Amino acid sequence: MLNDEMLKKYDMTIGIECHVQLATDTKLFSGADNDARDKAPNTVVNPIDFGLPGMLPVLNHQVINLAIKAGKALGSEIAHISRFDRKHYFYPDLPKGYQTTQMYHPIIIGGLVEAPLEDGSFVKVRIHHAHIEEDAGKLTHNGEYSLVDLNRAGTPLIEIVSEPDMHSAAEAKAYATELYRLMTYAGVTRGDLYHGNMRFDVNISIAPKGATELGKRAEVKNLNSFKSVERAAEYEYRRQVELLEKGERIVQETRGWDDAKQKTSSQRSKEDAQDYRYMPDADIPPIVLNDAEITRVQATVPNLPSYYRQVWTEAGFNKDIIDALLLSQTSAELVERIRGKSNSTVAKKVGFWFLKAVTQALDGDNAVQTNLQPIPDEYFIDLATMVQDGKLNSNAGDAVFLEMTKTSEAPVTIAERLNLLQVSDEGAIADVVDEVLADPASQQAVADLKAGNDKVIGYLVGQVMKRSQGKANPGLAQELIRKKVI
Amino acid sequence: MTKIADYISKNARQNVVEAIKRANDNSEYHALLSLTEERALERADAVDRGEITGRLAGVPFVVKDNFLAFGAPTTAASRMLEGFKAPLQATAVEKLEAEGAICIGKANLDAFAHGGSTENSAFGPTLNAYDKTKVAGGSSGGSAVVTALDIVPFALGSDTGGSIRQPASFNGVVGVKPTYGTVSRYGVVAMASSTDTIGVFTTDAYDAELIMDIMAGKDDKDMTTLPDFFKPTAAKSGLKIGLITETMTDDVDLEVQQATLAYVERLKSAGHTVTEVTLPIVQYALAMYYIIVPAEVSSNLARYDGIRYGHRAEGVANLAELYGKSRDEGFVTENKRRIMIGSYVLSSGFFDAYYLQAQKARTLLVNEFNKLFADYDVLIGPTTPTPAFGLGENTADPIKMYLADIMTVPASLAGLPAISVPAGKSAAGLPIGVQLVGQRRSDAMLLALAQSVEEA
Repeated sequence: MLNDEMLKKYDMTIGIECHVQLATDTKLFSGADNDARDKAPNTVVNPIDFGLPGMLPVLNHQVINLAIKAGKALGSEIAHISRFDRKHYFYPDLPKGYQTTQMYHPIIIGGLVEAPLEDGSFVKVRIHHAHIEEDAGKLTHNGEYSLVDLNRAGTPLIEIVSEPDMHSAAEAKAYATELYRLMTYAGVTRGDLYHGNMRFDVNISIAPKGATELGKRAEVKNLNSFKSVERAAEYEYRRQVELLEKGERIVQETRGWDDAKQKTSSQRSKEDAQDYRYMPDADIPPIVLNDAEITRVQATVPNLPSYYRQVWTEAGFNKDIIDALLLSQTSAELVERIRGKSNSTVAKKVGFWFLKAVTQALDGDNAVQTNLQPIPDEYFIDLATMVQDGKLNSNAGDAVFLEMTKTSEAPVTIAERLNLLQVSDEGAIADVVDEVLADPASQQAVADLKAGNDKVIGYLVGQVMKRSQGKANPGLAQELIRKKVI
Repeated sequence: MTKIADYISKNARQNVVEAIKRANDNSEYHALLSLTEERALERADAVDRGEITGRLAGVPFVVKDNFLAFGAPTTAASRMLEGFKAPLQATAVEKLEAEGAICIGKANLDAFAHGGSTENSAFGPTLNAYDKTKVAGGSSGGSAVVTALDIVPFALGSDTGGSIRQPASFNGVVGVKPTYGTVSRYGVVAMASSTDTIGVFTTDAYDAELIMDIMAGKDDKDMTTLPDFFKPTAAKSGLKIGLITETMTDDVDLEVQQATLAYVERLKSAGHTVTEVTLPIVQYALAMYYIIVPAEVSSNLARYDGIRYGHRAEGVANLAELYGKSRDEGFVTENKRRIMIGSYVLSSGFFDAYYLQAQKARTLLVNEFNKLFADYDVLIGPTTPTPAFGLGENTADPIKMYLADIMTVPASLAGLPAISVPAGKSAAGLPIGVQLVGQRRSDAMLLALAQSVEEA
């Protein structure tokens, strides 16, 4: 059995290859629709994707632009000359008998991703390179026979290859999550994880602490959630430590992740590795780019998470708010616009509401984010200002925010409709205060207050709020109570 | 009047009916794998009604059966694609049809264009137009023979290492292999992507010029096509022509050498200067070619797996067997030989020593050609070392068969335009051709030169 002593003896090293499906209209080399989600099998396939005799690839220039953008998000260099190569293997989901990829001269070179960790620090992961390649189709096995669906065949991908710079499951998860943010913010991918828009291959090895050489690695393929990246790394760490502790060898192999069982299992070992017989693809001329074109395309990349983290930290937002806002580019952009139109205090207040909404919404509930579009920025500013000015108490503010994201009405309309506007009319509040003070249940508190126990005033204010159904201005109520009792 | 001009002046239906009759009358040559009679007659009637017009209105032609075209299956002369009906047509065919030309049939070839005799056709060889005991040459043997037999005035072929020029030479017709990228490869079954070119067989260089003018040009469906450059031109006078000495060695048939020298004399008397030049690296051209081309072949033939279309073996137990048996049954021996050589030179550990080294040598070859073209306008030599050889003579010896390509592969590797023109006959009555090679994009100049010699 594994114990903590054993686990402490080893360091883990992780490198990740991430396949990102690009958000192009058409496929990498054909005019077929690139959005295969929920389409009937083999309906978005043209003769090029089908690998008919005599068909030739026609490079989709949108792919190049997205790769250039991805390069900016990754802090990479863009190669002035890059090329396509063929990677050969036989499988029914690979119509041409080779995958067109970039083996020798990739378009994206180097780079650095700084992914935030829970404790506020960052793991720095260097990017080795990223290359463009085409996706394969999909096989469905039905016992006696298998069915081929080529809808996804020819979908453009970029494969981002990291250096082995991660040393814990948490770092691997953080990196995967940050890659997702970078690629979605830069508009490189639709980021639909459920449909496999981003897939992670995680290479994990362990070595005794202080060792200078890395251990034999296992590659866990095709993970499509951040959580599975983390779990697979955790599982592999324990599995490999257990093997070494038992005196066994770790073999270099490809492993699959079983999400239901939460474990990895061997798929094929290095000994069965195929010889892909890479060769340059003579059907596709080199991609030649100059600095002006690269700059022009990269200028269209919107603000990235690192930008928001910096300016919001400087503006006094706390980490929780920043993290909540960065979950969605729409909310990040909204709050940053609000900051520009009003001030950091208002923006922070709005950010806080997003944090609350995100915390309350259970995993995967994107209702708050997706409903943002029709709401004018001014509504958020107005709402924050109403709270600031005491027209709404903070609970009422929360309620109006949630309602607003559902109905897109102006905050004042909602507040009036829900009868949430604070009463700041002294006479009206004075009446309520009188009622509370006259209530027999309040007498002990009134006596204590008179005796100098100031803490009990909170109870009395609470009673006023209750009777006014939350509408009384609590500051005013307190003032009146003091005036009348003391 | 050129042959094409003669056809244009006549009734299209009559052209087609007569061409098909000639095809049937000459079926013993086995130059055609299929006829596209029904579609051809429909198109002929449309021409006669004036619905289709153009520079080739009503002119019948034949395409090599590795071009996707309507009206008959596209087999590439293989069991693999037997019965395969193309859902679209090659750009070259589309362009000719847009000018009113009418495809009447599909010509035999070495399966997947692998070979130099058309003996590798899965459906039997094509016989030489001048001697039925001799090969037609290849791989575009059928196209050469239908042109030589005057079944049609022109036929399309593809040339990867000599597949148009060599059969043109063996059958006494003009064969044009253009600059790489002149004519779109879209819709032509790929052999070797970096040297495949689309060209034409005609009786004379005028008709060749017309067909090239129509087929040439940038195609959005083929990224390797060059921007439009082909423009018919008048013959230039006083050209500097180099006779490549490496193509005139003792290994070359004496009658072929004599015919070449006779052609050289005609060039001289037309006012051109001809001097001997050397191109030492050509001795390595075959070695480069038989590494690079099989490598690309092994890749381009990977799609024929029996899954989506084409031959699928029966009674297989698993996927590996499905692949293995389908490909074993669908490909001919020469296909398999090239796939194996190609897979070997691309395999991990051998790639640098073979494929990469061959590509480096290829760059040196291009450089040597460039050096010569700094001083010379045209290079000349025999198209083939011998006239057409006998059927079955070389089939047991692939190396001997490959050696027949020695004159033609250098221009293919360098992407240069090269045409084979008739240059007389051997004592036995077999045609002999000479090859004119120019710098990239000099295609029209070469044709104009050939025209001027034809007229002299």
